[in-house]
Amino acid sequence: MTSSQLDRRSFLRAAGLTGAGLMLGFTTTAKGAAQLANLSSEEATAVLAFELHPFIVIDNAGNITLINHRPDMGQGSWQAVPTMVAEELEVSLDQIQIKQSDGLRKYGSQLSGGSSTVRTGWKRLREAGAAAREMFTQAAAARWSVPAGECFAEKGAIHHRPTGKILTYGELVDEASKLPVPKDIKLKAKKDLKLLGRALPRPEIPAKVSGKAVFGMDVDVPGMLYASVAHSPVIHGKIISVDDTAAKKIPGVKAVVKCERPMPHRTAEAVAVVATSYWAALKGRRALKVKWDNTGYEKEMTTAAYFSALRSKASEEASAYYTTGDFKAAFDSAPKKLEGFYETPFLAHAPMEPEVTVAHVKEDGSCEIWAPVQGPDAAIGDVARYLKIKDEQVKINVPFLGGAFGRKAYLDFMLEAVNISKQVKAPVKLVWTREDDITQGPYRPGMLSAMRGAVDSNGNLVAFEHKLIGESIQRQVFRAPLGNKADDWAKESIGKEESPYAFPNAQVGWINVKTEIPIVWWRSVYASNNSFGHESFLDELAYTAGKDPLALRLELLRAQKADGEVAETVKRFIHVLETLREKAGWDKSLPAGTGKGVAIARSFGSICAHAFFVSKKGKGVTVNRVVTVLDCGMYVNPDNVRAQTEGNIVMGMTAAVKPGITFTNGQADQQNFHNYPVMRMPEMPLTEIHIIENEDEPGGVGEPGLPPVAPALCNAIFAATGKRIRTLPFDIDNIA
Amino acid sequence: MKTYTLTINGKRTTIEAEPDTPMLWVIRDYAGLKGTKFGCGMGLCGACTIHLDGQPVRSCQTPVSTVKATSKITTIEGISANIDHVVQKAWIQEQVPQCGYCQSGQIMSAVALLKSNPNPTDDDIDAYMAGNICRCGTYNRIRKAIHSAAATLKTEAGTVKKSPKQASR
Repeated sequence: MTSSQLDRRSFLRAAGLTGAGLMLGFTTTAKGAAQLANLSSEEATAVLAFELHPFIVIDNAGNITLINHRPDMGQGSWQAVPTMVAEELEVSLDQIQIKQSDGLRKYGSQLSGGSSTVRTGWKRLREAGAAAREMFTQAAAARWSVPAGECFAEKGAIHHRPTGKILTYGELVDEASKLPVPKDIKLKAKKDLKLLGRALPRPEIPAKVSGKAVFGMDVDVPGMLYASVAHSPVIHGKIISVDDTAAKKIPGVKAVVKCERPMPHRTAEAVAVVATSYWAALKGRRALKVKWDNTGYEKEMTTAAYFSALRSKASEEASAYYTTGDFKAAFDSAPKKLEGFYETPFLAHAPMEPEVTVAHVKEDGSCEIWAPVQGPDAAIGDVARYLKIKDEQVKINVPFLGGAFGRKAYLDFMLEAVNISKQVKAPVKLVWTREDDITQGPYRPGMLSAMRGAVDSNGNLVAFEHKLIGESIQRQVFRAPLGNKADDWAKESIGKEESPYAFPNAQVGWINVKTEIPIVWWRSVYASNNSFGHESFLDELAYTAGKDPLALRLELLRAQKADGEVAETVKRFIHVLETLREKAGWDKSLPAGTGKGVAIARSFGSICAHAFFVSKKGKGVTVNRVVTVLDCGMYVNPDNVRAQTEGNIVMGMTAAVKPGITFTNGQADQQNFHNYPVMRMPEMPLTEIHIIENEDEPGGVGEPGLPPVAPALCNAIFAATGKRIRTLPFDIDNIA
Repeated sequence: MKTYTLTINGKRTTIEAEPDTPMLWVIRDYAGLKGTKFGCGMGLCGACTIHLDGQPVRSCQTPVSTVKATSKITTIEGISANIDHVVQKAWIQEQVPQCGYCQSGQIMSAVALLKSNPNPTDDDIDAYMAGNICRCGTYNRIRKAIHSAAATLKTEAGTVKKSPKQASR
């Protein structure tokens, strides 16, 4: 028996299938496998760039199961992943069952993050489907003793064209599974696609409108206890004493245990109340009297001090993302100089489903988890390392995620549940309150963009500088020894490839300021911060130069003489802006008291531009209309592309006009939606989203719509009111 | 612990709970109906919206002791047996949900809105639905789906009017 047969057998056992089955898994490169095997939080910088590996399971009863290896948090992977496979496999979506991957290495990277699902899967997942289809075709041709060229695949079956004979995949799976996996298969041309590129209804929607979809919050397991945890209001505070007398008197409370919340950069102490119902656990936790030692953190964890540190660093030299020409000389000698600090706040993700995990550390030392996490593979590694057990001893089940936005890629809450379960020797459902979610972080880092620029006497933009200043996610979360090096995730949307304007003299760079306030990815990561300064300041320069802001952008793009990838990006930028100009009716003049603003950015492989139209209303403004043009290359579902972009507009506007997270004396000043409000329906502007049609490789969709929101909005406000907004958030009802 | 008899989705259920237990947790953890969601615990987000005798209430702010045994409690699971309530169908047609976590509450609010105002304007919808947060940003689709459900209801009402019994009046 060859090793590959052994592998197949063990897979079938693992998959719990009866009878024969076909499993197609494309092994990773040796280097990739080694990377995955050794993947630790420290090395997780590799995660985003890592390729995935597809699976198709077909049994001889004809059941077709396709794996979604990227947890669905609302971005549509539940449909997107199986559709990419099904397209080339020639099965329809109503013929398949979809299963969430369980974190095992054979599936490759399972991180929903970086808007990466479709763009990393587009080729490999389709190739997997095509390879399987070819194997079925070969198997049918052999059974019928006819040339394979006379056969075609349709709806999960192979058809013999001359005779009309049909064999289903289920009937062929035994033979097909013995054939070698074909290589170098041609994928369909765009015009031949049947499923991809079409607005097909998402398969999980009926479950999501009937209360039947199972989210992390909805998992129950037999014998389960509930836990609620008292965290220090100053996140890293140490326990001095715990008085649990009152807590233990609450009916249903079973135990009060000291526990811990392991974050990548620091482990926080906490106290868990474990009970037979969640309500009892919560009441018990509220009845606890915990004294915390917060020495040192009250002062350090204060956002006012952090932001003043950012400002004081602005004069220092930045670690460059790129430079062109001689910024200093051009700036110093220019007749019209401009400077501005653009500030963006810390933000909580506040997914509608607060952090939750069911963890069961069993007697034999193994551990089973049910948790809404963005990366089940990373979760297995984290649990194994935490409990000092083998990866094989960890089983993870990932239900639907009730929103995530980056928060649920940070696995502190999961490890906290593991810690508690181990102590109480029972399966435990840990439910964070909304207050835990908002006061405990991690957060989008607050950042400062220190901008300088200059225009010559002919109205030409001659100098442009962007120093992005703040804490590094690579440093704090992934423990990357950056030193003075720039966090290269932070150049998303402002690097030369992401913002390819032909600035004759420019420097764009990074300065690190550390903080103990926990941070992590937040939808579109640093692009949500840095695009605000970048594209707003360009607007300032356009007015200084006496030019239309959209026309200046086009001028700077048309002047770009770089070749290669930058040249390609420039072409697409120009097309997006020209399309926006037309669709938005940009060149029409507007009545007094109204204004329009534009911003564009490339992030996560896609280019997005928004035009915001606002009008004065009382002391503030109201957003009347948002017109968007998105070039995301080829895509799976245009309706979902629109949905994600609508979501990005809402989240981007919330980030601009609703309170951020501030820390005073080491504590978050916000706790719940009363003082950390988010946009609600009455504030929702009309949106109009145009998707560019082309045959380019897919870009991301879940995030690229967000970065240009704040600058386009604020540029429109300047046009309407003359007021330049440089600090987010701001009060949209009171601009002056 | 006290014993409470409740009528949830037409079914009489007896549960034992502390009097201050919010209906949210009674419904989820005692009655086992997970469609009603926990979002904020303060009545700020609307994810836990249920109907109490036809009126939308925030179940996280409704202690079990305040609910009468005769009261009719309706959750998302109780609005249709086959996902065919006019509002659910509109939600599917407009492909409203993204993550979907808030949508039970959104739908329960929308059902109540259409009951009290079968032909709402945009402003009516905005005002009524302002208590329900969607972090994914599905607001415009919700608005559209409510209009679409209202239109369906209108057509159905029109059909009823044209029926012989109605016409003979």
